[in-house]
Formats: sequence, structure tokens, C-alpha cells
Amino acid sequence: MSSKDLILSRVRAALGQQASAEPVPRDYRSAGSLEPDVEMLVDRLVDYKAVVHREQDVAAVAARLQPGRLVVPPGIDRSWLPPGVTLAEDEFTADAVLTAATVAVAETGTIVLDGSPDQGHRRLSLLPDLHICVVRTDQVVASVPDALTRLDATRPLTWISGPSATSDIELNRVEGVHGPRNLHVVLLD
Amino acid sequence: MSTFLGMPATSPPGVGNLRGDEPFPKAARKALANSQLRRNLGHATGTIRRKSGAVISELPDWQELRAAGSALKAATMARLPELLEQLEEKVTAAGGVVHWAADAAEANRIVTGLVRATGQERVIKVKSMATQEIGLNEALEEAGIAAVETDLAELIVQLGHDKPSHILVPAIHRNRAEIREIFLREMPGVDPALTDDPATLAAAARRYLRETFLSTKVAVSGANFAVAETGTLAVLESEGNGRMCLTLPETLITVMGIEKLVPTWQDLEVFLQLLPRASTGERMNPYTSMWTGVTPGDGPQEFHLVLLDNGRTAVLADEVGRQALHCIRCSACLNVCPVYERTGGHAYGSVYPGPIGAVLSPQLTGVEDNASLPYASSLCGACFDACPVKIDIPSILVHLRNEVPHPRAEKAAMAAAAYTMDHPALYTRAQHAAKLSKHAKKLPPPLNGWTASRDLPEPPPETFRDWWAKR
Repeated sequence: MSSKDLILSRVRAALGQQASAEPVPRDYRSAGSLEPDVEMLVDRLVDYKAVVHREQDVAAVAARLQPGRLVVPPGIDRSWLPPGVTLAEDEFTADAVLTAATVAVAETGTIVLDGSPDQGHRRLSLLPDLHICVVRTDQVVASVPDALTRLDATRPLTWISGPSATSDIELNRVEGVHGPRNLHVVLLD
Repeated sequence: MSTFLGMPATSPPGVGNLRGDEPFPKAARKALANSQLRRNLGHATGTIRRKSGAVISELPDWQELRAAGSALKAATMARLPELLEQLEEKVTAAGGVVHWAADAAEANRIVTGLVRATGQERVIKVKSMATQEIGLNEALEEAGIAAVETDLAELIVQLGHDKPSHILVPAIHRNRAEIREIFLREMPGVDPALTDDPATLAAAARRYLRETFLSTKVAVSGANFAVAETGTLAVLESEGNGRMCLTLPETLITVMGIEKLVPTWQDLEVFLQLLPRASTGERMNPYTSMWTGVTPGDGPQEFHLVLLDNGRTAVLADEVGRQALHCIRCSACLNVCPVYERTGGHAYGSVYPGPIGAVLSPQLTGVEDNASLPYASSLCGACFDACPVKIDIPSILVHLRNEVPHPRAEKAAMAAAAYTMDHPALYTRAQHAAKLSKHAKKLPPPLNGWTASRDLPEPPPETFRDWWAKR
């Protein structure tokens, strides 16, 4: 008997002849029941120590942040690059990374990247210490249920809520461990 | 107890970290004598209770989410065989390899073999309760493979040659000053001018681990959720060490209990709202990674998923106790428990401490191997109220107390008491006898457990019956 057969037969024996489970009550606020609130997104991002820029000129914001060696995903909008910026060859040698996003969740202050050409592979937005992320307001959804309906489960997904942090010392939240210690969000209308 | 092939089985002894060296009351007494530990725990659990309460009160539908989470878990368990096979099919189709491990020993064998096949002698690890449970680090070490814990709290525990004492924050029993001392003593290349400022301590861990992240080819993780419908796995974390482990190495091995499934992608909407708010008291944890099999050009190109039983089917076989499998490892029950807050996690002996540990560990091992844990509670019910998936821990505790072997003399004494209370004349005589033995403060064995930490109440000078008879 393989371990798979063994485990499955144990599970069946454990369940016995029980009646099927009760239907799941879904009385919580479901996808589509709330209007996305951009002000709430900004509030929640700032609360978790991200910096929000509400201006249309991404290149100007990026230039002001003095990104040093900047790495970008292959499908980035080239107009977002500050003139004369030094582009790093890869994320291992970069000081900063500039990406787009797929979805932002207002209620939790979360940005989701899905590895599209303008967001790049997952470690691109992980190794540099500064992450500049561009979010369009039409990508903002109200809640977690809304975000899931917009996402493709088969893509590699990274949900980001503020800069890298830990609560491991006396359960106080401290920003800045292994991921980017600085998260700047440019919100485009 | 003999087991039959294909019947639910408990976790075997001799491997893993589900059994303590001494019973809870003995271990708890030692812990209670440590005033530093009690101060650290009181401070940390108080902090997290305030934070969690604040973000939970932001959601108008928290109770509805709890009800959905509870029902979803029950529905998942009822369909577990088909959902597990669906998960295997989807993960395999996406380029992953699924392994099935009946117990801790088999899981350790599988993972050790997979690491050996890569030729590597070091793995990086994301914090995982399942691998703690099976004692994977010890098994790898025996095979000459170093396992580096990368979660800050796990790193503190590992560097301090210590044991985890909390599900979410394994080093909760350490304060900042103690953490600084451990880093100064054990962390190679640490700045000798290190202060105990938490941000500075976190930065020290960042520097220490960066090179290890970049040079290690194999990672081992656990999983918070697995979606049967899509084959997607999810890891929720804070620091970015999870992202490092899940994306930088060439090979990823994930060890996951068979109860971690959710049926559909959309079902994640319930648990992604419940877990962070109940656990770290955040609206959302800083990083959540989700992956389905292997993505060409992004992350590990070899992915193994090890599905672990190790006593879970024995828990599932108990109609009252099976809801312990609904646990999403948030640790909210620990943070509200008056017993845990005073004794800390080590006293429970198992990697699963606190109220959930008191119901999960005895069921995973068989109740005789953790017989004192169902009593490690005052049955106040705070854990039930705090649980985001509404596990009725007090009811399971009472149920397990009935399963624990009781001495025969206790049974005889109970039968005698029942007979006496059934017969009024006998009862009256017993009351008078109790009055005469006024000086007794302790009960004799086998009932002495009841008076071990409290005096027997003094009988009143006059019983109600005597008073009534005089009217």
C-alpha cells in the first residue's frame, strides 16, 4: 500500500458515514459589494509606513528619490524613467526597483504584483532596498474578496502591505528586515 | 494500542516535538518561578491583544467571516480525500511533485532524500510549524545537512539553543535585552556596539542572513493555505525572509499538513481577512507569496510538496475533537489565555502550546502521551471567543479529560459519592462526619489532585438540612 493510499484510506475511515457538511454561510461583505475608496488606500498605506505620491509625473518622483542604480522589469513604461538614471543590470546589484502593479486593496493597504512584464519576476522587487511602485487608481479595489476576483491564481503573486517589517521583538511592529526597507507608491489618476 | 493498516493512526513516539519531558503542572511550576519570563509574556500578549482588537473592530462583518471560516473548514474536512487528490493533480500539472508522508519519520526521510539528491549541504527555512512538529531540523542535521532558520524569532531561538514557545513568535519569551545578548554571543560578524533597539536588532539579522539567502540552493517551507481548485500554495509572512526562501533557491520543498486545504481560490477571501487580524493584529501582513507549481524564469524550477498526516487522521476520527484541525495557526488563543500568559509555551512540552496545543497535541499523539494537557486550562472560554474559526476549545478540553486514563480508585470514590448522594440518610450522616473532620485541609489519594493547590473548603457549623429541621 503506498503512503498516498494509506493516508486516503485513513481519512475515509476517520470520516466514516458522516452526513455531508452544512452549507457555508457567506454573509460577509462579498466581492462587488463596496465601492473602492482611494483615500482609504492612501490612509492605510501611510499607516504602515509606505510613502504615497499623488502626482502624475513618475519620472520626477523617481528622480527626487535619488534611486542610485535602478533596476526595472522588461515591460516598464520607459517614460517613467528619470532622465540620465543609472540602470542596474540585475536586482543583485541594484539600489532601487521601479515596477507597476496589478491590484491594490484599499481596506488593507495592500498592493499585489503578478509577475507581468511591467512587474517582473518576484525577486526583482525583493532585493533592492527601495521599491517604487506605480499604481493606477483604476487598479484599486475595495476589499480582499474584490482583489481575488481580479487575480489569476496560476501566476506567481506577491501581496505587499508596507515595507518589510517584523513583530518578533516584544510583538511591536518594526519596519525593515529582509525585504525593501522603503516602499514608495506613486498613485496615478 | 495496535493499529490496522488504513485505520487512523496517531503520531509515532521517538520522532518530532509533540511530547514533553515532564507533565504540564511540573513544568508550569518551574516557569512560574521565572519572573523575567512572566514579565516578557505579560507585556507581549498585552500588546498583541490591543493591536488585534483594534483592527478586528474595523471590520463590520468579523462575526460573519468567523462563521464562514468555521463552516468552510468543516466542509473541507468532509471532502478531504477528493480535495487532496485534486490538489495533487493541479500541483503536478503545474510542474510540481507531490509526496505523501504517513508520519514524521517518513516526512523527514522524504525531505532528507530530496535535499541529498541536490548535492547540497545547507537549506534555508521559512518558519513552519509542520517541520517543527516532525523535528526536521534534527533529522537534516543527522544527515549532515545544516538547516538555517530565517524568521527573526526562529533565528533568535536557533542562535540561543532554545526552544520555540509560541506559534507565531517563537521567541516571545525573550525581551530585547536578552535578544541583544544572544546576538552578541552567537551571531558571527555582529557589530560589538549592537544596541537593544528593535530596529537595530532587525538590521543585524538582515546583514547576517543576506549572504546566506543569496548562496543557498535549497529552501524548505511550510504553507498557510493550499487551494485544491488551482494547486496554489500561500505563505503569509512579515519580514521578507519568506519571499527570499520562496524565490531565490533552485529547489523548494514545502511540508504541509493535510488539513491546510481550502476548496476554491475565492475561499481564500475569508482566511486572508481572518488570519492577519487575529494573528499579528495587522490589517494585512507585509508579505504574502502565492505560487502554483513552477513558473518558468521565476523562482525555484524544482518544487516538491510533502503532504503530512502524522496523527491528523486520528484527530479527524474524533467527532468532537476533529475541529482542532480547523486551526489556521494564528495564535490568538495563546495571547488571550490566562494560563499561557503565566506559564509560557515551554511548559506545554509540545511545539503546539496554549489552548490549541492543549487540544491538538494530545489528539495527535494519543491522549495517554499528553495526559496532563487537557487540564492545562481554567475553562474560562476566552480562547473560543478569540478563535477566528470558532474552534470550541473548552468543549474539546472537557471531552479529552474524559478520555484521559483515570485511576481506578478515583472511579470507585466517585461511585461511592454518587451512591451516598442518592440516599438521603447516608448523605446526612456523611455531612455530619465531614463536620467532625474539620481540621482536614487535604483530600487523600486518589483525590489529592484537587487539593494540591487549594484547601478543602471548611464545612459550615450547621448544615442546611439541620437548620431546616429546626424551623
